[in-house]
Amino acid sequence: MSDGEVLHADHVLDYPYSRSVGPVIGAFLTGLRDGKILGATGAGGSVIVPPTEYDPITGDDVGELVEVGPGGVVETWSWVSEPLRNHPLDHPFAFALIRLDGAGTSMLHVVDAGAPEALSTGARVVPRWKSETERVGHVLDIEAFVPETGAA
Amino acid sequence: MADASKSPQADDRGPVTTLATPIHLDYSFTPGIAQSRNLRGLAEGKFIGQRCSVCGKVYVPSRGSCPTDGVPCTEDIVLPNTGTITTFCVVNVPFAGQSIEIPYTCAQVLLDGANISFMGLIQEVLADEVHMGQRVEAVWVEPEDLTPSMASVKYFRPTGEQDAEYETYKDYL
Repeated sequence: MSDGEVLHADHVLDYPYSRSVGPVIGAFLTGLRDGKILGATGAGGSVIVPPTEYDPITGDDVGELVEVGPGGVVETWSWVSEPLRNHPLDHPFAFALIRLDGAGTSMLHVVDAGAPEALSTGARVVPRWKSETERVGHVLDIEAFVPETGAA
Repeated sequence: MADASKSPQADDRGPVTTLATPIHLDYSFTPGIAQSRNLRGLAEGKFIGQRCSVCGKVYVPSRGSCPTDGVPCTEDIVLPNTGTITTFCVVNVPFAGQSIEIPYTCAQVLLDGANISFMGLIQEVLADEVHMGQRVEAVWVEPEDLTPSMASVKYFRPTGEQDAEYETYKDYL
C-alpha cells in the first residue's frame, strides 16, 4: 500500500432541467425569438425588462407588454478578460447592466466591445441578434450587445 | 440587424412555454490523505480507519482528523469484516438506473471496533428479515476486481450469529 499519492477521481453531475416559463417570461422569450425585446408595464407606468409577472414594488399584476430598445445605455459593467467555458462569448467581453430605451429597469447581458477601453458607463449599445433561424426563445438569441458606433 | 429586430415575425412554432436550463458540473474529487488510505485498503479487501489519540474513537473512513477533538488522527486501524446493522431502509420504489432487484435493504453498518457506521447493501437475506442488531459481514468482489472504491464491497450478508445487544449500538443510531 503506497501513501505517496493522494487519489482523485473525475465526477460529473448533469441536471437536464427544463423549466416552464409562464405567460410573461414566455412572451418575453417568444419576443426574443421574433427579434424584439419586451418589457412589462409596472404599476407606476415604468417598464420592467426583463418582464416580471408582478410589479416588484407593489405586488400588483403587471400591465401589457411593450417593446423596448433595441438600443440602450450601459449603467454598469465588469470586464471579463478570461472567459470561462460556460460564458456566452469565447473572447474577452463585459457583463453589463443595460437600460434599454423605454425601460425603467436595467437588464443583464454581455457587451462584445473588443477591449475595456472601448466601453464606458453611459455608452450606447445595440443588440447583435442571432439569425432568425438560429433564434429559439432564449436570452442568448441576442448574441451580445455591441457599442452603437460599432454596429453594422 | 437592428432594423430586422423592429419587425415582429410570424412564427409557426407557437409561443415559447419552456426553457432548457441544463446544469453540468465537472468535479475532480480529491479524498485527501486519510481517505486515500482507506480507499487503497478497499483495493486490498480491507477496511482501514483511524483512531483519535484524544477520545480514542475509531473513524472509518477517516477524514484525517477527529471531528470532536479537532486533532489529526495519526493511528491507522485495520477493522474486521464483521459488524452490526444499526438501522436500515428497505427500498421498494424503482428508479432510473436501478441495478439491484427490489425490494432490497440498505443498512448502516457499524464495523466491530468502529465508532461510526457507514451505509452498505444487505443481500442474501429477505428484506423483511433484516433487523436492527443483526450481525453481518462484508462480501468482497473477486480479487482481480478490487478497486480503491466502495464498489469493492459487493454487499454485507448476515453471519447468523446472535444479534448484538442494543446497548452496543444504541449510541450510533
